Amino acid sequence: MLNFKSGGAPGAQRPLQQPITSYRSWGRQSLAAHRNVYKPSWADELGRFDDADAPVLAFGLGRSYGDSCLNDGGYLIDITAMDHVMSFDAGSGRIRCAAGVSLATILQLVVPRGWFLPVTPGTKFVTIAGAIANDVHGKNHHCEGTIGCHVTQFELLRSNGTRLVCSPEQNPEWYAATIGGLGLTGIIVWVEIQLKKILSSKIAVDTITFRSLNEFLDITKESEQAGFDYTVAWIDCFSGRDARGIFYCGNHADTGEVVAKGAAGRGFKVPFAFPEFVLNRVTVKAFNTLYYTLKAGKRRTRNVDYDPFFYPLDTVPEWNLIYGRRGLMQYQCLVPEAASEAFQEILRKISDSGEGSFLGVIKKFGNIRSPGMMSFPRPGLTLALDFPFRGDHTLRLFDHLDHIVMNVHGALYAAKDARMSRSMFEASYPNLERFRAFVDPHLSSGFWRRVQAEVRR
Amino acid sequence: MSQRIVVLGATSKIAQEIARLAAADRKELLLVGRRPERLAAVAGDLAARGAATVDCVSTDLADIASHPALVDEILAKMPNFDTVLLAYGTLGEQARAEDSAEYALSELTTNFTSAVSLLTRLSPALMHRRTGCIAVITSVAGDRARRSNYIYGTAKGALALFTQGLRAKLLSAGVRVLTIKLGPVATPMTANLPGSRKFANPEAVARTIYREIEHGASDILYAPRYWRWVMMAIRHIPERIGKKLKF
Repeated sequence: MLNFKSGGAPGAQRPLQQPITSYRSWGRQSLAAHRNVYKPSWADELGRFDDADAPVLAFGLGRSYGDSCLNDGGYLIDITAMDHVMSFDAGSGRIRCAAGVSLATILQLVVPRGWFLPVTPGTKFVTIAGAIANDVHGKNHHCEGTIGCHVTQFELLRSNGTRLVCSPEQNPEWYAATIGGLGLTGIIVWVEIQLKKILSSKIAVDTITFRSLNEFLDITKESEQAGFDYTVAWIDCFSGRDARGIFYCGNHADTGEVVAKGAAGRGFKVPFAFPEFVLNRVTVKAFNTLYYTLKAGKRRTRNVDYDPFFYPLDTVPEWNLIYGRRGLMQYQCLVPEAASEAFQEILRKISDSGEGSFLGVIKKFGNIRSPGMMSFPRPGLTLALDFPFRGDHTLRLFDHLDHIVMNVHGALYAAKDARMSRSMFEASYPNLERFRAFVDPHLSSGFWRRVQAEVRR
Repeated sequence: MSQRIVVLGATSKIAQEIARLAAADRKELLLVGRRPERLAAVAGDLAARGAATVDCVSTDLADIASHPALVDEILAKMPNFDTVLLAYGTLGEQARAEDSAEYALSELTTNFTSAVSLLTRLSPALMHRRTGCIAVITSVAGDRARRSNYIYGTAKGALALFTQGLRAKLLSAGVRVLTIKLGPVATPMTANLPGSRKFANPEAVARTIYREIEHGASDILYAPRYWRWVMMAIRHIPERIGKKLKF
């Protein structure tokens, strides 16, 4: 059993020693110091933890951008060594995995047998439990909803030692609270999901350029009507008055073979945190213009492997280092479609600020509801944009953006956030009050404490 | 090329990673380890990852008295095994081993004598069939005794010597003995050591080992490979200096 007492007698597994108790999230803005970090390999090492003298939190592959995966001053349970696949039925496409199994591992295993993740985020280096806790979405949100829509069951360990198997039928309230519950309702021990059948591991992709938001919306509508499962667009925030960008829509190809692709870290590796001058208005603008020009032109259709289509950035391990020593912040907001004016305003604000970077992504969510109470996606437009963190300058810009989002009853995505205010959080998650009843008293995160605080900063 | 592998100490991180590679290649696996629930978790994982068959024997490998029965059970469950991977061991606590002779001897039993017992009992089956491979995981710690872990080093060094002798003996029978000397690898066994974040990645080390078992012809494999050169340098430090080193 793990021991959650500082200075207590060592338990069966001793805590990891010093430097390792400091963890960063993907945004790298700060180094969170923990009392201790445990890295259990087996479910039998997990037990009750209601005697913990500080809050506990499970940590996966650390792809959350802010502090929702960190627990400054508390304990972390690093679940990545709990990496056993428990069962996979290649006939029905059901897979059950221990919490720490990554989506990369699942793909490696299931793609050669003709299955695919029902929903995947933009990186495969997340754990299955982390994917559930953040109720991740992907390019097929308009067809399949979030990952939570495909979770058949999971086991939740509460601090008092109770183990709850949760599914839409069994403990449905806990099921709903845990999907998108930011790891606060209990420790997810294992997860079972329903995979999606594929005939080929290739994706047939169409690339279309657009020169305005309205054009983007038209293309989106067309592509949905044309039956494209996956749609997403890259957007250039520096192009002046209106947004230009490139729209990608794709489907799993219906002929070909199924081959698992993309072992970790094949590509260029960012060797260290780049100096901050590398990313500035000029270089980013130049990059965006170059990228747009190279891709612009006539509509093209081609077959590509699933790996570059879904995970273009996974080929560069630790790409977050290019944002320099102060790290990056992502702003991912959602704006109801009727409020596309507000969306224009957000883009204008970002363009005027001179901040922002090449990784702007825009996607129209569909109206499939997730079972998760605290799920982020809902009908509307979502924009995700990475910013090199430049202190107050960045924070002020984000506050302006919040204002616009809040006025149209939009939302911010907790998994990407490192700075939203309590009021913004409350405005973004209408089921928050209902959710609170399910939060385990011995679990917390830097994020959770921050959005409960009375006064910000 | 292996087809039927007996894994001794199957719940160790390195053994699991090697077995995952073998499972992906559709091999048959017999897992031997101490805790049945953990063995079952590993077996389930390997079956899901493609192993042709997976079976388990749960036993305390350090309990030498039970070895004759264990070997019978292995031979009953997988009579035609062609590969043995010996991957169990404990890092132990050096300070405790210096205070307690009983503890030091029990560490030697786990890491050395029990391995002698098992390999001596298992090798005739391979010798008889004139084929196969015995791959034994020892440690760079066995290349030279160090102040901070010489009980572990003694056991692993002795095990390396034993495999060297066994290799000579089995040569004429066409059975290969591979001595694997691991450098520090980031596994649960080493998680409490200072600097463990910089240790080698167990998956990469497992790939090196598996490739060597499947396609290599070496007698001694350092993993990661550069430890061959590190240890060559360390072995050549004169004793009058070496004895003063604190690491």
